[in-house]
Amino acid sequence: MSTDYHKESFFTKYIWSTDHKIIGLQYGITALLWLLFGFILMMIMRYQLAYPESPIPIVGALLGDGGLLPPEMYNSLGAMHGTIMIFLGVVPLAFGAFGNYFLPLQIGAIDMAFPKLNATSYWMYFVGSVVMVTGFFVPGGAANSGWTSYPPLSNIATTGQTVWLCGMVFLITSSLLGSINILATVIQLRTEGMNWMRLPIFVWVQFITAFLLLLAFPPLEAASVLQLMDRLAGTSFFMPSGLVVSGVALSNAGGGSPLLWQHLFWFLAHPEVYVLILPAFGIVVEVIANNTRKPIWGYKSIVYAVVFLGFMSFIVWAHHMFITGMGTSMSSFFQTTTMIISIPSVVILTALFMSLWGASIRYNTPMLFALGFLPMFGIGGLTGLPLGLAAADIYLHDTYYVIGHFHYVVAPGTIFALFAGIYYWFPKMTGKRMNETLGKLHFFFSLIFMNGVFLPMMAQGLAGVSRRLWDGGEMYAHAAGVLYLNEVMSISAWLLGMTQIFFIVNMIISLMSKKTGESNPWGATTLDWSATTSPPLGHGNFEVVPTVYRGPYEYSVPGADKDFTPQNEKV
Amino acid sequence: MDIPFTVKERPDTGLYNGKLGIWLFLASEVMLFGGLFSAYVFLRTGAESWPVGSDILNVPMATLNTMFLITSSVTMVMSWASLKLNDFGKFKMYLGFTILLAFGFLVVKYFEYTAKFEHHLYPSTNNFLGIYFTMTGLHVLHVVGGIIVIFYFLVPGNKMWQSDPDRFVNRIEIVGLYWHFVDLVWIFLFPVFYLL
Amino acid sequence: MSEYTPEEIHHHVKTYVMVFVALAALTIITVSISYLDLGVLPAVTLALIVASIKGSLVACYFMHLISEKVTIYWTLLVTLAFFLVLMFVPLSTMLVQAKV
Ligand code: HEM
Ligand SMILES: [Cu+2]
Repeated sequence: MSTDYHKESFFTKYIWSTDHKIIGLQYGITALLWLLFGFILMMIMRYQLAYPESPIPIVGALLGDGGLLPPEMYNSLGAMHGTIMIFLGVVPLAFGAFGNYFLPLQIGAIDMAFPKLNATSYWMYFVGSVVMVTGFFVPGGAANSGWTSYPPLSNIATTGQTVWLCGMVFLITSSLLGSINILATVIQLRTEGMNWMRLPIFVWVQFITAFLLLLAFPPLEAASVLQLMDRLAGTSFFMPSGLVVSGVALSNAGGGSPLLWQHLFWFLAHPEVYVLILPAFGIVVEVIANNTRKPIWGYKSIVYAVVFLGFMSFIVWAHHMFITGMGTSMSSFFQTTTMIISIPSVVILTALFMSLWGASIRYNTPMLFALGFLPMFGIGGLTGLPLGLAAADIYLHDTYYVIGHFHYVVAPGTIFALFAGIYYWFPKMTGKRMNETLGKLHFFFSLIFMNGVFLPMMAQGLAGVSRRLWDGGEMYAHAAGVLYLNEVMSISAWLLGMTQIFFIVNMIISLMSKKTGESNPWGATTLDWSATTSPPLGHGNFEVVPTVYRGPYEYSVPGADKDFTPQNEKV
Repeated sequence: MDIPFTVKERPDTGLYNGKLGIWLFLASEVMLFGGLFSAYVFLRTGAESWPVGSDILNVPMATLNTMFLITSSVTMVMSWASLKLNDFGKFKMYLGFTILLAFGFLVVKYFEYTAKFEHHLYPSTNNFLGIYFTMTGLHVLHVVGGIIVIFYFLVPGNKMWQSDPDRFVNRIEIVGLYWHFVDLVWIFLFPVFYLL
Repeated sequence: MSEYTPEEIHHHVKTYVMVFVALAALTIITVSISYLDLGVLPAVTLALIVASIKGSLVACYFMHLISEKVTIYWTLLVTLAFFLVLMFVPLSTMLVQAKV
């Protein structure tokens, strides 16, 4: 509270803080560092793919073996890149950081419903993420069975897999606590007048995301426990009878089924892709509404689309399993649901394009990233349709086409949206502005190089190059024609890495600059901007808890004295 | 400023925060055990042969355990009702019984497990025993967790009854919901493993 | 804090005792049925029916679901839907596969 201000120790203020804003920042900083780490792993992989015979520069010294990357190590890097990017990077940033920091502000709550749980959830995540990377230091290296951890391979893999599973148990618990908190906060702590149809879209997407995490993650926790039992107690849940590995028959009792894992895994992992994309939608909507200076087109359709999307995402998962021979009737079912679930995404994208129509757009950095998101997500989504059709998927499954497809969704898609969010809310979090020139350079170069990495992947995939290849396809005759693309992609990837220096430098100089003193520099209507100082007050957020009188996007209301009418402005 | 609705209900939802929180948690627990039950059905349907539970496991012991848990559920809800009637002594008595019964459950489970091990029946023996040990083991962990929390409110945590009685009653209601859920899971585990 | 009066609580307590008796009786019933050797299908069906009744009793009366708020009902309804998907969809893929 602002009046009974009391001095807090460093520990309760920054380490075990229960203030949602500090926890949001903790999440954000940790997640950005992991994203960087995952990115570095990827840059090593890309070197290997472009120049399979040559030693890896710089980090090669750590590898021994003349600096060459052994195939097992490539597999570790791949699995850990995927795991880190998703579970340690994007989800904590999109849900943990943005959700924690801005959702209570936007609904006019003074904190989350369960502040201590919130802190626990962050520290669970922290511990889980550290456990996850200790895998690199155990014999045999980190988990190397892909981020999907398919048995039986993962059951017989080196110790790193056990570490991976333990890490997952922590991460799952963390996101469980986080999602309970978000759900309870939205349901219980909306301020007076903030009824459901006045919630900013950002709040809606976080709400649905929380539901997905709450209900989809536990089955993976169950599966992780089962796999731990397989690995540690010698059970055979995922081990079929009569398995022979390297000429030696395994001594397991057998009778299990690898498909069981795939079901439980994808029961989580398909909703998980919506966990990756929904918060991105939310951020993009906020930024676009703000910078087009007009109400978002089709608020209600977006809300219904998001709810429907969340619901449907639970009954499409077996489209990842078309080639397991689950029979044509099941394939048809999942193919149909998959086609249906693409509709709400189209609704959302259409609403956003319609919002741009006839607007006098402000092309600032957050807006550029949001605008970049639209076509990039569009490409990602459209290239997904052939993968959802069983017949086409038989050819495309496990090729670089898949890698290209989902990276379009998560990298120039979600990551761009997250950058948009950072540029957009940076003034709120710090009271300072970010540099526009550096921001624009960051955007344009990122856009070019992102496409430089991921477009060629589609071409390779269509030519039949498999994913998870240590030599980038060199040993396959059918890959010969598209092999030169490896170097193109790798160079793009490193340049993409270099481009992030614009961002890092921008962060540093902006953090060192003076406070501007404006609390609402973008002229935004939502409570996070209109009812708080920048940064918002420590414990308590608001001087007076605001009351809400109107919908979230009342821009350019005819007859109003300014071109935005905040939600807390009296009628 | 305090967070609203930690003790009093929010008028439009009729809930206080903790109650909603625990139900959300239980929803996720449903999905956790749901995943395991699904695995059980999947493995059993796909298996070439599946043992009859009562041939391997000890039905009378498990029946006793079922009674323990059911009774502990009643004592739990009675302790909540006693608090509502402002009878702190009875509250403590009932809560004490709940812990005792929960311990009874663990003791029986201990004898069951060791009896299996003595007959060289391990999780790795076959998938029936594997999933039996995994699911009941996880359930035992829930029981242990419940004991810890109940004990906390019985002894060190009960000062809140003086300082903030309404909130204390809420806490007990929440613990109760969790405990009944643990009972509920057992109600399904029992027939699935022992009787079928 | 909910809105119960002492009389209502006394009434509740009576219900709890009755539910307890019912649960104990059903436990005995289900154990007895299992000794009858009914064949797999009827045995499974009966055991699951009895377990469901017991489960509902615990949920409705001990957990007060019978008089809960809509928000809770909605949450549990959604959970139930996904629970059923989780239980039956993997199973049906396996059954279809077994037939091929
Ligand atoms: C931004 C630049 C990124 C680049 C250049 C990149 C590149 C790559 C490459 C080269 C692979 C390995 C393909 C293979 O060997 O089969 C890969 C795999 C993967 N990436 Fe990324 N990635 C990026 C960002 C991300 C992000 C943001 C996410 C998730 C949110 C992500 C998730 C994954 C996953 C899940 C895999 C599959 C791992 C596996 O095979 O198990 N990546 N990526
Ligand atoms: Cu999917």
